[in-house]
Amino acid sequence: MWHVGKVIALHGETATARTITLDVADWPGHVAGQHVDVRLTAPDGYSAVRSYSIASGPNSEGRVELTVERLSNGEVSPYLTQELAVGERLELRGPIGGWFVWRTHQTEPIQLIAGGSGIVPLMAMIRARASAGSAAPFRLLYSVREPAAVFYRDELQALTDNDEGVSLTYAYTRAAPKDWPQPPGRIDAALIANATLPSNLVPTCYVCGTTSCVESAAGLLIGSGHNPDKIRTERFGPTGDRK
Amino acid sequence: MAIISKGFSGRRTAGDEKLPPGQYITPDFPVLSAGPTPHVPLDQWEFTIDDGASVLRRWDWKSFLDLPTETFTVDIHCVTRWSKFGTAWEGVSLDTLFADVKTDASYALVHSYGGYTTNLPLEDLLNKQAWIAFKYENEDLAPEHGGPARLLVPHLYLWKSAKWVHGITLMNQDKPGFWERLGYHNYGDPWREQRYWGD
Repeated sequence: MWHVGKVIALHGETATARTITLDVADWPGHVAGQHVDVRLTAPDGYSAVRSYSIASGPNSEGRVELTVERLSNGEVSPYLTQELAVGERLELRGPIGGWFVWRTHQTEPIQLIAGGSGIVPLMAMIRARASAGSAAPFRLLYSVREPAAVFYRDELQALTDNDEGVSLTYAYTRAAPKDWPQPPGRIDAALIANATLPSNLVPTCYVCGTTSCVESAAGLLIGSGHNPDKIRTERFGPTGDRK
Repeated sequence: MAIISKGFSGRRTAGDEKLPPGQYITPDFPVLSAGPTPHVPLDQWEFTIDDGASVLRRWDWKSFLDLPTETFTVDIHCVTRWSKFGTAWEGVSLDTLFADVKTDASYALVHSYGGYTTNLPLEDLLNKQAWIAFKYENEDLAPEHGGPARLLVPHLYLWKSAKWVHGITLMNQDKPGFWERLGYHNYGDPWREQRYWGD
């Protein structure tokens, strides 16, 4: 069952990533963390489909936002990030996935770890928390290449400034802002110890990023005492257009 | 009628009869799993076949490696739409593992270290269609790809090829596994595009 979404807004997140806001008339609703399949069809009938995480929280208005990172060798993402215009229509299927999701009735502490564009489904969870008025403590560790690669910067800042329930730590892998306390580098055990919820709070952990990022972060969480059953992962490989 | 995106041309791999509908070819080997990668020490590894009440067959790593192995080259298809052609593996055929197993069961629930499960008809595991693989491209199977050993059922979408495989429970009635309960198709034939519930 494919839905038709009309592009009602486009917003550049970074030099290579763009948020697409779709109005989907018959959207059945979604849960934070789910994804959609997007189908593009060329004038001669050739079509290609890729999966993208939903960035928007659950809503009743048929509003679906996707943030798509352009992959230089991608088949679908270059079109979505460079060609697609407001007013165009896209076919989408979903929502898909019932595991890497946060539901508003979850009251336990939540640890989110994002690598790069892995922030997208986690942002949906943060937005779902805010719109539901949830009091579940959220903590986000957001690893990015450099400051200019951050998605949703202002919104994250506002959420963390105004709501004591969400705290945010950035980790920079290639280039940090001036005067940043740590040299650039991957998430390590010290950062996990200092910037994530301790295992004795028994948080549910959601980790999303590239395979190497997820392997490393999930391993560090286990090493610091988290039960593997409490760690949910979503990975995107070198080829998938996912996220 | 499909929605046409005028500026979209795409990258075609048209006319390849080995590519199921809706898939694209990748030279890479992406990783998809729902949780952390379990690391199973070989001296604790075991593989069992049970009928829900009792264990029918059991192997430890050493006795498993003593079984006759096969090398095989197959195409694999992930529900996330990538396909990879010509992957070379070494493993033990399920026909070998089931050689002395007498059962009337029609279904199997495969379970893994880390808690993953997937279900399939028993007949899809037999007749040279499935292996427990422990080498990929002549190397020990890496943990993120399911090592020390994973199921490989290449004629179904790859989520049926359970990583970190631990055992198989035989059942008279079908019972959905992990992804099958969470929205993915119960059978998962790539040639019929059985990706999600309702396909």
